[in-house]
Amino acid sequence: MRSDNRHEFLRGMAHGIPISLGYLSVSFGFGILAFKLGLSAFTASVISASNLTSAGQAIGVKVIAAGGTLLEMVLVQLVINMRYSLMALSLSQKLHPSFTTGHRLACSYGITDEIFAVCSGQPKLITPAYMYGMILIAAAGWITGTALGGVAGEILPDSVSDAMKIVLYSMFIAIVVPPARKDRRVLAVVIAAAALSTLFRYVLTFVSEGFAVIICAAAAAAFGAALFPHEEEKEAET
Amino acid sequence: MPIALYILVMAGVTYLIRMIPFTFFRKKIKSRFFRSFLYYIPYAVLTAMTIPAIFYSTENFITALAGTAVALILAFFDLPLIVVALSASLAAFLTGLFL
Repeated sequence: MRSDNRHEFLRGMAHGIPISLGYLSVSFGFGILAFKLGLSAFTASVISASNLTSAGQAIGVKVIAAGGTLLEMVLVQLVINMRYSLMALSLSQKLHPSFTTGHRLACSYGITDEIFAVCSGQPKLITPAYMYGMILIAAAGWITGTALGGVAGEILPDSVSDAMKIVLYSMFIAIVVPPARKDRRVLAVVIAAAALSTLFRYVLTFVSEGFAVIICAAAAAAFGAALFPHEEEKEAET
Repeated sequence: MPIALYILVMAGVTYLIRMIPFTFFRKKIKSRFFRSFLYYIPYAVLTAMTIPAIFYSTENFITALAGTAVALILAFFDLPLIVVALSASLAAFLTGLFL
């Protein structure tokens, strides 16, 4: 049993290496972004270690920099990270019996888009050791990249660090474009969200950025859900 | 407001969102509308965050436009996240050299 755990842990780590490398470069961009908004490399690293999420952190540091309210922070995180509930729900259906409540409480921390994607692609039931291995190496990459980015923000010339700030946004593009290309319903939702967001940016400027994202996303997703209800089997892919 | 308080709230909310369904919830969501809504949410959120903010991300509209164009093209051809992200950044940097 003990060697089984060890094997599962190492297998999780091996599967987590590509995730970790991806995180390293993306969180480097987050570190720079946080530095430009006036946060120290240490603060940015604490945010990365405690949150382990890209979009939520990117908007979170903007709320902090803008001196937003805690209510705004709660709502922003709720809406942006709501997708994790669905992933957690889906993953909870394929857990190994050895997954006790304690293990569930611990592994909840590490349910990210990428870890969810790899875990749900596994043919076998997921063991706690496997998830711990994957979360450990992925989080290590995420935190290291943030710290390096935060420090680099001070050292690198503006021409380089400014260019790095587009990293997070282009990763979002890389997540959205392929499904939007294959599925016209997703494309419709994406266009609606982009149009609304542009409207808020240039016309309804009295709404803060955090709330604008919530309103645009909720409206576009509701529009999609009302017009094109989605079939069940696709759910797991989000 | 102290930054630690913001971080505590951020981390707490994010953790609860993951923990509650992972630990306690075992049933399936029945509402078709709500299931569809949850399916579309990630795309809607990421798009609303990106457009038009990406055009202002690099402090220069032209370099941001170049980066965005490269990201869109590479993402269209399904390239891996890291490739798309780093190429967009490189494109923004290179464009900046010529301005």
